[in-house]
Amino acid sequence: MTGLGTMLRFTLRRERVRIPVYVVVLVMLIASTAAQSEQLYPTAESRAEYVATVEANPGLIAMVGPPYAVTSVGGDVAWQWGAFGAVVAALMSMFIVGRHTRAEEQAGRSELVRSGVVSRYAPAAAAVAVAAVAQLVMGVAVALTMIGFGEPAAGSIALGASLAGAGLLFAGVAAVAVQVSQGTAGAYGLVGAALGASYMLRAAGDVGDGTLSWLSPIGWAQAMRPYAGERWWPLALLLAGTVVLLVLARAMLARRDDGAGLIAPRPGPPDAAPALARPTGLALRLQRGALGGWALGLFLGGVSIGLTAQDAEAILGDSEEVDKLFAQAAGSLVDNYLAVSLLSMALIGTGFAIQAVLRMRTEESAGRLEPLLATALARPRWAAGYVAVAAGGAAAILAASGLGAGIVDAAESGDLGRVPVLVGSSLALAPAMWVMIGVAVALFGLLPRAAAAAWAFLAACYLAAFLGPLLGLPDWVMDISPFTHVPLLPAADLDVVPLLGLTAVAAALVAVGLAGFRRRDVPVV
Amino acid sequence: MSDAISVSGLVKTFGHVRALDGLDLTVSTGEVHGFLGPNGSGKSTTIRVLLGLLRSDAGTVRVLDGDPWTDAVELHRRLAYVPGDVNLWPNLSGGEAIDLLGRLRGGLDPARKRDLIERFELDPTKKGRTYSKGNRQKVALVAALASDVELLLLDEPTSGLDPLMETVFRGCVEEVRKAGRTVLLSSHILAEVEALCDRVSIIRAGRTAESGSLAELRHLTRTSIDVETVHEPTGLAELAGVHDLQIEDHRARFDVDTSRLDEALRRLGTLGVRTLTSRPPTLEELFLRHYGDEIEP
Repeated sequence: MTGLGTMLRFTLRRERVRIPVYVVVLVMLIASTAAQSEQLYPTAESRAEYVATVEANPGLIAMVGPPYAVTSVGGDVAWQWGAFGAVVAALMSMFIVGRHTRAEEQAGRSELVRSGVVSRYAPAAAAVAVAAVAQLVMGVAVALTMIGFGEPAAGSIALGASLAGAGLLFAGVAAVAVQVSQGTAGAYGLVGAALGASYMLRAAGDVGDGTLSWLSPIGWAQAMRPYAGERWWPLALLLAGTVVLLVLARAMLARRDDGAGLIAPRPGPPDAAPALARPTGLALRLQRGALGGWALGLFLGGVSIGLTAQDAEAILGDSEEVDKLFAQAAGSLVDNYLAVSLLSMALIGTGFAIQAVLRMRTEESAGRLEPLLATALARPRWAAGYVAVAAGGAAAILAASGLGAGIVDAAESGDLGRVPVLVGSSLALAPAMWVMIGVAVALFGLLPRAAAAAWAFLAACYLAAFLGPLLGLPDWVMDISPFTHVPLLPAADLDVVPLLGLTAVAAALVAVGLAGFRRRDVPVV
Repeated sequence: MSDAISVSGLVKTFGHVRALDGLDLTVSTGEVHGFLGPNGSGKSTTIRVLLGLLRSDAGTVRVLDGDPWTDAVELHRRLAYVPGDVNLWPNLSGGEAIDLLGRLRGGLDPARKRDLIERFELDPTKKGRTYSKGNRQKVALVAALASDVELLLLDEPTSGLDPLMETVFRGCVEEVRKAGRTVLLSSHILAEVEALCDRVSIIRAGRTAESGSLAELRHLTRTSIDVETVHEPTGLAELAGVHDLQIEDHRARFDVDTSRLDEALRRLGTLGVRTLTSRPPTLEELFLRHYGDEIEP
């Protein structure tokens, strides 16, 4: 394969920051789970109670997987991360493969590369190889981390290998998906659908007799049973599946044109709908797919919260750490659990809000803003469309997660009134999300080159919310996060003063951002 | 009648880079004005300042009797812009993009949109990501030409068009001129500028190098003469303004400063002219004279 070596070095160079960041974040999450598992169930008694609860809760098993060896810290981590970790690994593969194949073709860079002395297959092969390298690094890092926690080496290696194997298989799925779809977003959608189907199949199988789990690559990864009498042959299944997918991708690549996909793009309307000519209509049209995806994801997150809430007491036990974690809430343990889980969903959903605001930056960098501003469209009106979609979308996403939790909670408790209670509880978090939107708008207007720092602020808020109480961070640090100030319903009472205050801060930040945007050059590149 | 665009002493810096360094530009109402300059000379930056997208650091800029920075929205109702590098929304069709841009400007004429789409042979149902460079440019051109505006700012609008479409474009600009509207046309295609433009400004390194009608600019450069005379062609070398003289027997070839043409012809008259061809300077030569460092002025 001519040019493979060059493409490999080139691709690795372009991924030199992303892969380490991805691996470090996943390893830190796994390490924090291990540390928590040690802290939360220090005695054999407390752990036995935890194991009994987990095994008796089909909702949890559907969400996480079959609990093979939750009695040990390693087994608990393997249980909690077996399926989630496989999803994270799969997404890493998807982004690496997508970015260096379909995205390159869409940007027109691929034809430049392929006009050189390079095999037709080299760019895709290099992308898959780099994904494989990333999975290997991630698997080794996970195994070493668990060994560092004093867990058995065989189980630790099996855990790392199961995650890496699932990740590798989805590199194969991504390699096929980028042949099928002509757009990068479409290819990601196909991988996402395959990932979702794998997850659902194994959920149904894990709750039932296990047959369906064998149709799911994530089920294969979990079947390696780390820390519970490791089985190695499912790894061969994952590798064989990867090979089959790569052969398929190669055959498709051999038959298609550069830039083309198997699915031809549908023609669009020759005229625009009236709503499109309004800034909000345009912003919504460009982001409706993302908004729908986030709302669906958060709804499913809400469902999983509802499924676990009734057992919150047994799962979390009664330790000082739990009290610290829930210090901000102050109700019954179930309500505390619901409140903190909804907060967690809101922090995740803030990802949409920031993405929706930073879309303005994408439009600006892509050169699509200039022609719009050369019309009678004032800058603040254009930006207001994106702010409206971000703020309204944030509320819609919160309502979706509250609705998911409410429906399940109502079904379990038989109290239909829980639906509006939990939707309302989730919506009460909106002003904090709006402040995050304000921060992103202010950055976009005043420091456009640093606009991505909004993501760092979100990460800081996440840490403050979940590690702050455990780490004992000083109040002034905690106060910087808007999520510190929201009343955590349904555990706490509704207090409108902080909500109005946060809304005012959000409005002020948006105003500052828009004022900055009016004054600066466009485009700033 | 006042000028559609008047710029004087315009300065724009990006960090340490001085993109525009005291640029002057005057475009009279109703004229088609050619805007020439090598890559990176500041043409697009100038147009972005005229649009109020970039803020000038110094100098005065007036567009349609307004300040492009403070009156941007009002001015944009009266002008249309075609960027040099047209980027469209990947998932909007070309027709949607045309409507979007037109309606945001305050409305466009659907009949004219249909007519232009037909003339430019554009398929408006294709998605933005599937258009070629030329077709993306057609989308922007249709959106700009379908609006009833006083001023068109066109930044290399034909760099992706084929010769047939280039002809269609020239026809459209002629119509715009007949309607009494103003056009600022930045271009690298000199034949296009020669065919369309009443006046030309040549910029270089952020400054105006030359500005005037094509006839005025020609006057500043040289005419090539190829002549056969009855007598030995002597005394030409001594004349001021004669360059690159070559003599073979009774034949002489030389370039002469157009301002000195009269003296050279008077001298040739005394020698008895048998045949004479004179070639006026092409815009290309004008262009090269202002761009190319290797060509002596």
